[in-house]
Amino acid sequence: MSNTKYILGSFADPDEMMHGIDKLQANNISIYDCFTPMPIHGIEAKLGVKPSRLPIAAFVFGALGTCLGFSLLYFTMAHDWPMNIGGKPSLPLPNFVPVTFEVTILLCALGMVATFFYRNHLFPGRAPRVMDLRASDDRFIIAIDAKENADHALVESLLKEAGAVEVKYNERKYVSYE
Amino acid sequence: MGTHNHHHDYNFSERFQFAGIGKILSLVGIAVGVIAIVIGLMSSDHIMVERTYANLLLMGYYFTCVCAAGAFFVALQMVTQSGWSAGLIRIPQAMASILPIAALILLLIVGLGLTTHNLYHHWHADGLTDPNSPNFDKLVAGKSTFLNVPGFLIRQVIFMGTYSIFAVILAKLSYKEDLEGGLNSYKQSFKLSAIFLVIFGFTTPIWSFDTIMSLEAHWFSTMFGWYNFAAMWVSGIATIVVITILVKKAGYLSWVNENHLHDLGKLMFGFSIFWTYVWFAQFMLIWYSNIPEETVYFYKRWEPEYKPWFWLSIIINFLAPLLLLVDRDAKRKQGMMLFVAILLLCGHWLDYYIMIMPGTVEAHRGFGFVEIGTAIGFVGLFTFLVMTKLSKHPLAPKNHPFLDESLHHQL
Repeated sequence: MSNTKYILGSFADPDEMMHGIDKLQANNISIYDCFTPMPIHGIEAKLGVKPSRLPIAAFVFGALGTCLGFSLLYFTMAHDWPMNIGGKPSLPLPNFVPVTFEVTILLCALGMVATFFYRNHLFPGRAPRVMDLRASDDRFIIAIDAKENADHALVESLLKEAGAVEVKYNERKYVSYE
Repeated sequence: MGTHNHHHDYNFSERFQFAGIGKILSLVGIAVGVIAIVIGLMSSDHIMVERTYANLLLMGYYFTCVCAAGAFFVALQMVTQSGWSAGLIRIPQAMASILPIAALILLLIVGLGLTTHNLYHHWHADGLTDPNSPNFDKLVAGKSTFLNVPGFLIRQVIFMGTYSIFAVILAKLSYKEDLEGGLNSYKQSFKLSAIFLVIFGFTTPIWSFDTIMSLEAHWFSTMFGWYNFAAMWVSGIATIVVITILVKKAGYLSWVNENHLHDLGKLMFGFSIFWTYVWFAQFMLIWYSNIPEETVYFYKRWEPEYKPWFWLSIIINFLAPLLLLVDRDAKRKQGMMLFVAILLLCGHWLDYYIMIMPGTVEAHRGFGFVEIGTAIGFVGLFTFLVMTKLSKHPLAPKNHPFLDESLHHQL
């Protein structure tokens, strides 16, 4: 039994890669993921990638920001030391809107960045997870799980037919860990 | 980008056929409007005449703003080199093409309202600027170097004339591009759009100060121009959404799909929030500083006859789009987008109503056949003119350099 974990088809042209995806899918070969140096329209739909759940995180962080911003104002302006500014009531709701709004935006933005970093292993000091180093440069990569698709010869021939410049058999998932 | 080799089979030279029920309804609308306006103006009750003028100003201004927003949309897409909108750009172009007619109507309303003293009587009446007159008004006299009849009319003509010329030329260049191809039209449009946006950006605040803010000439707000711009832009986008969806439902524009709708939805959502932001900034600063000469504006709008409208406006123009359009899928559904766009169009009618009525008819405000009839009349006129214009040219700018990008647009 071979130790190959992933087969990577490396393309020099995005059209050929899209063509390769079609060919593999037509032969019932499941694709693990694709890596491209630039966004390609329509690729998510083709691969059946589910929409990102980042907006949910954004909403939760935003709601947290709203609560924190309002609590801060309520505590400092109305509860701990009620302040009389310009004869306004000590709980002047319209005045609270800008600060509450700003804290909402702040936590929402910071929270989204943190979630994105966490999810993609991009925190400073962490080794990034990259399956093929040239995917961020000039190559378009299709990754196929070698254990799930046993017929490696068929995979290679399909990739080559579609125009793959190189087919790699990787024994480890992330080359960037080396 | 070249990642697509599909061959599309769209018929870019298809034209909208303006006939049938839509045309009949728009003509009936115009007739209803004419009847309501004539009855209102012929009334022996001078309050009714004034109320009709206020409604004419409201709808005339709304009509002009929506058409100007069409021109602004076209210019903005051109300057930002946006590709997504190329497939539906004929709709804002049709709106821009009828700006001269809208401008003439508004000019007529404003001119007649001014000379008959039905509008702008806060700053245009005998003796207001004469120190020896019992009517002398120090504040109006102080503003009279800017706010005087010739200056006001000249500014109206120059501003709306300039917008109209740019709007018509921008639409014509695109129609010319259909016939001639090449990049000449595009390059010319790009330059003209950049110039137009600068002129438009600097002059629309002054235009709204003149047309609407001067109804209550003692009061002033520097936020007012942006507030009006936000209202104009939101209602313009909502109009584009309504026309796009209805034309698509009639079986045209097969190349416009939920991705384009999604972008329009984002604009509608985002600029509704922007409208709220400007509205609230104006309100909060006045509320907080509590200076009588400023608070008088909101004091009037806080009277029992305006209070429910005041709150309803915030609900329709802020809460409704916020809650209904925040979800991604909602912006991609024709039914939901159509509903919110129509709701926002009603909401901004209300917004203009709250801007105009307390400064004109004050406590004698009403909501009856004059309001409804005038609104129906202008909607009918707008529909008739825009749809007729739309039917005269192909529905897609087939030689637009970014058309292909629009066809592959995906969100």
